[in-house]
Amino acid sequence: MNSAINVKNLSHSFGENLVLKNISFQVPTKDFFIVIGPNGSGKTTLMKVISGIFKPQAGRLEILNRAIDRYQRRALARTIAFVPQMLSVDFPFTVFEMVLMGRSPYLGILGLEEEKDMEIARQAIAFTGMENLAHRKLDQLSGGEQQRVFIARAICQEPDVILLDEPTASLDLAYQVRIMDLMERLKNEKGITVMMVSHDVNLAAMYADHLLLIHDGHVLCQGLPDEVLTYKTLEKAYGCTLLVDESPLGKFPRVTLVPKKYMNKD
Amino acid sequence: MINAKPILLKRLMIISFLLLMVLVAVMFLGITVGPTHSSMRTVLQTIFGIRASDAMLHTIIWKIRFPRVLLSALVGAALSLGGLVFQALLRNPLAEPYILGISGGAAIGAIIGILMGFSRFPGVSLTAFTGSIATLVLILAMSSGQTILKKDALLLSGVMVNAFCAAVIMFLISMTQDSRLHNIIFWLMGDLSLGDMRQVGILAAILLPCFILVFWLSNPMNLLLMGKELAQTMGVNIKLVTVTLLVTTSFMVSATVSYCGLVGFVGLVMPHLLRLVFGPDHRILVPACVLGGGTYMVVCDILARTLPKQGEIPAGVITAMIGAPLFIYLLKRSAK
Repeated sequence: MNSAINVKNLSHSFGENLVLKNISFQVPTKDFFIVIGPNGSGKTTLMKVISGIFKPQAGRLEILNRAIDRYQRRALARTIAFVPQMLSVDFPFTVFEMVLMGRSPYLGILGLEEEKDMEIARQAIAFTGMENLAHRKLDQLSGGEQQRVFIARAICQEPDVILLDEPTASLDLAYQVRIMDLMERLKNEKGITVMMVSHDVNLAAMYADHLLLIHDGHVLCQGLPDEVLTYKTLEKAYGCTLLVDESPLGKFPRVTLVPKKYMNKD
Repeated sequence: MINAKPILLKRLMIISFLLLMVLVAVMFLGITVGPTHSSMRTVLQTIFGIRASDAMLHTIIWKIRFPRVLLSALVGAALSLGGLVFQALLRNPLAEPYILGISGGAAIGAIIGILMGFSRFPGVSLTAFTGSIATLVLILAMSSGQTILKKDALLLSGVMVNAFCAAVIMFLISMTQDSRLHNIIFWLMGDLSLGDMRQVGILAAILLPCFILVFWLSNPMNLLLMGKELAQTMGVNIKLVTVTLLVTTSFMVSATVSYCGLVGFVGLVMPHLLRLVFGPDHRILVPACVLGGGTYMVVCDILARTLPKQGEIPAGVITAMIGAPLFIYLLKRSAK
């Protein structure tokens, strides 16, 4: 299979604390791949290993069929872009300047952008629908707008794979859908492989081609959304009672939380 | 459609050229004014060698004022660039070039030098330089290994070392009774009156390569502002860049301080002023800090020399007296 990301028996620990335990999975190219799992299950660590922030300690990690440690720093940055969980920039860059920074792994020795780089940044801004905000300062934007800037910055990096760590966390409902739609368009129109960590299993069910459920550093289940999002696996992972049925929107599962007061009512 | 900003290189050239013109202008002014009350005309004629009659004036201009103006420009450039780098490295807009205890270490070194009766150059300069490099090594060792990349560890070590040094300085001052006390206080407030061309030349030879190295790392500095992890995913070798910037800047500031004492405030205020005017891109800010910082220092030195009827005010006093209100004014204006 032609895989964008190939993880085999990957383990990672911080001191004594084993966070990832013998994880294996594959992300096909041009896939919308979403990682779900409870807090502290190792999702963020996994993303940081794949993005090259942490070195894999044990096991194999291949990006586009090439071991990650065989990439040069800048070559890796041209292959994978990362949108981390929380970003705070204390210095007043404009949206355009911020997006343009995505060109860094392409710049020559002087580190100055050329007209071609400006054009790619403009296109990334247009793709994310932020033409009107291009010259606004970053700290004048709302959380959802900032998130789009960081995504545009990643697009500007012209990667084959984009990794996102909970891009919809703390966004309102409309913005959650906008961000997910944007990622879907990115996959369909630009052919970029999207791998994302999400807390929202319903959003994941609606958008993902494949899901990976991790729990306590293990892979609990992986596959199509209706294979992963079952009552059994979810209860095992999250340890709470959930109701899983089919979404009224189509052939994918819908997960409903069941609060204590509704239990035993059937 | 988005308006294309002027291409960076063009912007860089224009800004650098304008700031360079301003710097040259104030340096020129710095050479012409002084307590001898010679007319502007005579001074200009002497500078351009039109009338070489007045040998005294010739000596004053080329042996005293010119090295001093050059020294001021170098000191201002190094200190404001130092501030800029530390603000980016620690992602803290309040960082300043003395943050790693460089000032404290240098001051102890200098005071010991003065107390031992060394001459200002090279004696006191060397003891000051030794003092600051010793504190730097101490701090890097304290926050060694992984933690060198953690900004809080570095920041707190620096603050603590400076606090300890301050106590030692106070102790040394309280033990000193004679005229050396005046020398110590003057050194602590920053003093640009030292210097012949050879000494200024040595300082320039130390600083210029540092300026170029920092400029070369200015784009990675932009990326560092987004956090070390994200910068890493954008192809920056974080450890190498951080350590290089840290060591280069500390070395640069130590060399500067050992020449002129503790000139405060330039390193805190100039990067901010320039950031308010030109935006946060370090590829613009690095040359702007070198030229703008130099300009500010030369202006402050002119005031320090000309304001009092007799003698002069320490340069550090002027830099803070002008810098603080100016900074608050610009901050207020930009907040609107």
